[in-house]
Amino acid sequence: MGVKGIPVTKHETGLITTRLDEVIRWGRKNSLWPLPFGTACCAIEFMGAVSSVFDISRFGAELVRFSPRQSDLLLVAGTINYKLGPVLKRIYDQMCEPRYVISMGACACSGGFYDNYATIQGIDQIIPVDVFIPGCPPRPDAVLDAVVKLQEMIDKEPQRRPRQPERERERPR
Amino acid sequence: MKDLDSIIEQVEQRFGEAVEASDRPFGDAVLTVGRTRVRDVLSHLKEQGFDLLLDIGGVDGLHLGRRERFELVYNLYALESDLRLRVKVFVPESDMTVPTVSDLWMSANWAEREAYDMFGFVFAGHPNLVRILCHREFVGHALRKDYPIMKGQWATGTSDLRPDLERE
Repeated sequence: MGVKGIPVTKHETGLITTRLDEVIRWGRKNSLWPLPFGTACCAIEFMGAVSSVFDISRFGAELVRFSPRQSDLLLVAGTINYKLGPVLKRIYDQMCEPRYVISMGACACSGGFYDNYATIQGIDQIIPVDVFIPGCPPRPDAVLDAVVKLQEMIDKEPQRRPRQPERERERPR
Repeated sequence: MKDLDSIIEQVEQRFGEAVEASDRPFGDAVLTVGRTRVRDVLSHLKEQGFDLLLDIGGVDGLHLGRRERFELVYNLYALESDLRLRVKVFVPESDMTVPTVSDLWMSANWAEREAYDMFGFVFAGHPNLVRILCHREFVGHALRKDYPIMKGQWATGTSDLRPDLERE
């Protein structure tokens, strides 16, 4: 009895009780609001993942927001060059905790075949990345797989604790 | 409508020794012009109907053994007569100054900025000669043959894109 994945206790009065952490965790993982940072063809594949055939809303991540203030999943889809690096960093900094990052495609993960003066060889040199999706570009299935992987990760992580304490506490509030 | 041969002949007569060479490799007309007179030649060609500057290309002939290291190539197109002409200029490494043509063709503004960014050509009289593709903290010129092509350079600010966001 109860919602899948959450330990609940049913009382005779009709109330159910559980742990707050568990409820928050359940809500978090099933309502990831992605911010697509699309700079190349991977963004087109992401559109495929959002629209009806692949339907990312089956996993609760269909509410695409174009504001870092309203999203918790930064989906970097495409080539990031050195000129764009500070922009990506700023977008990431503007997102509220908890925030997650998916690096989609060969370019975002490692620079792809752009091993040259202009392209950053992997966005993990600037921001922390939770899930990498390989492929050039990855199929929409791979995006769904990444979302599921991220949900599994959220399921396991300790709650009510900042993910990057050392960094967050340095900054004056 | 004039044909290409008569236009080239006219340029050769008018500018004399400033036109160093004229040939048609692979069927495309190329005029090689002295650096000091390139602006006059291009200005004349514009009057002759070449109303479109398609692009300005740079060549680094570091390993080509030509008489100067750098070349600039202006690609011209005449809309009405459907003619194409390339104007080539040799530029020495010691002095890479070339007169701007951004007042003749608007498209030259960004094309010259790109040639400056990638090769380091200096266009005298350009209204805003700053980097256009690389960020402004970039040191060196990326398409020069002696630039290590895989060497990236970090940018620390977004002043290229939104100067108002950077408070310094």
